[in-house]
Amino acid sequence: MNEILEILAQDARIRPEEIAKLTGQSVASVKKVIEKFEKDGVIVKYKTVINKDLVKEETSFVRALIEVSMTPKKDVGFDYIAERIYSFPEVKSCYLLSGSYDLLLEIEGNSVQMVAGFVASKLSAMPDVRGTVTHFLLKKYKEDGHVLKKRKQKQKLNISY
Amino acid sequence: MDISKKVEQLKPSGIRVFFDLVLNMKDIISLGVGEPDFVTPWRVREKAIFSIEQGYTSYTSNKGMADLRKSIVYFLNKRYGLKYDFEDETLITVGVSEGLDLAVRAILNPGEKVLIPEPCYVSYGAVVELAGGKPIFLKTSVKDGFKLTAKQIEKACTKDTKALLINYPCNPTGASYTKKELQGIARVVKKKNLIVISDEVYDELTYDFQHTPLSSLQGMKNRVIYLNGFSKAYAMTGFRLGWASGPAKIIAAMTKIHQYTILCAPITSQIAGIEALRSGLSDVLEMKKEYMRRRRFVVSRLNEMGLDCHMPQGAFYVFPSIKRFNKSSLDFANDLLKKKSVALVPGVAFGDSAEGHVRISYASSYENLKEAMFRIEQYLRK
Repeated sequence: MNEILEILAQDARIRPEEIAKLTGQSVASVKKVIEKFEKDGVIVKYKTVINKDLVKEETSFVRALIEVSMTPKKDVGFDYIAERIYSFPEVKSCYLLSGSYDLLLEIEGNSVQMVAGFVASKLSAMPDVRGTVTHFLLKKYKEDGHVLKKRKQKQKLNISY
Repeated sequence: MDISKKVEQLKPSGIRVFFDLVLNMKDIISLGVGEPDFVTPWRVREKAIFSIEQGYTSYTSNKGMADLRKSIVYFLNKRYGLKYDFEDETLITVGVSEGLDLAVRAILNPGEKVLIPEPCYVSYGAVVELAGGKPIFLKTSVKDGFKLTAKQIEKACTKDTKALLINYPCNPTGASYTKKELQGIARVVKKKNLIVISDEVYDELTYDFQHTPLSSLQGMKNRVIYLNGFSKAYAMTGFRLGWASGPAKIIAAMTKIHQYTILCAPITSQIAGIEALRSGLSDVLEMKKEYMRRRRFVVSRLNEMGLDCHMPQGAFYVFPSIKRFNKSSLDFANDLLKKKSVALVPGVAFGDSAEGHVRISYASSYENLKEAMFRIEQYLRK
């Protein structure tokens, strides 16, 4: 991956001035590259990884992974139906997969009832959806390469030769 | 009660007190650490744990596990084209430190001299003295990029000069040698019939050019004791695992001492080492990429704030000059620690010629480095 992207993927808040120092490029050229990535849609968004289990004010929320089997539509394949599904705001992620089912969705809602309602009345009701299997998430350990649990500081000497 | 005269005469480290001070302090930012800030790759740790569960808790052969020696020989061949025999040209040691001690004890007769470029790692002079030899320090300076020249070696050689002890990339200066520079050194080494002890433990952390082992140069294999280990490349300092590859006769002599004094390196570490060589290179490359960025960042920040700093070619140290602040390196380090809670290592620890410099380790997180650079800048401005 491009070095600037690698750095941004680790820390979205890092300033172009710092990236310039890390990569040995000029600030202007770093800014230009980032702008181009943003314009081309390579950089979609700058976001924060949050461990929602620790967010206190959240009254309740539920996450589920849903396997969806579909009948592909003539000429447009899976993309057409996938778009109809991922356009629902409840759908946080959507992947097309090889294997025994076609789409994998990550759904977020306030309650089990809400997720159940979405599956029953929205998803299963679509003419091209042949079947769904819903798995409720119990705990998230790692997201995008980041372990969510805060790790203890490792014991290392303060100074050594 | 008397202790050995030789030990009594060993020069104590002048910065022991400073080290103790730093070791006992909390909430400081330390740029004084001589080990990677990464943890040993999980694959390697997992293998070590599993081996203990499986009951691998015994001695191994003196030379080290055959599988590890085979892996090392294979690795050296693939990486550098080196051809060593795993049976009689390779010995597994407890870190490079043991390998170094064995090497000098195996080759030196009383009074024989060993040339050592300075600034250098703290133990070099001491192990030579303990082995009955005489360390001759060859001073290198910032204007030569802290590199030893062939001319210096030639000039320093007398009839009882036995060996050259070289370390590149270098702790503490980060200096390293290109193939061409090494060829120059090799020429005079052959001319003067020296043995070379080459500590290449930072080889994987070479940034601006390919690392060349001295033993890979023509006519050098039969006079180089190549030392390497797992500490820096695989972040395995606590495993204490290294090896020596060299001429069969010398390796046999080293093995003789090793079998009486150490017996063998810990089996858990050896098994971990096999796994590191099998799967570790991708982790190594990730680490290296990260270090390269931090190196650029630190060098550029230090120069910006007026601490003259050359661009080191390897390891994870920078070695800026503090001469224009009219302070000894120890005073500078003490003062910075007291006023800004930033720890670094005074240059004088690495030899008299390193006075006027400090060693900054960038094996620390980017956030730490950023904050430390900010504090050093504030300290210099006051």
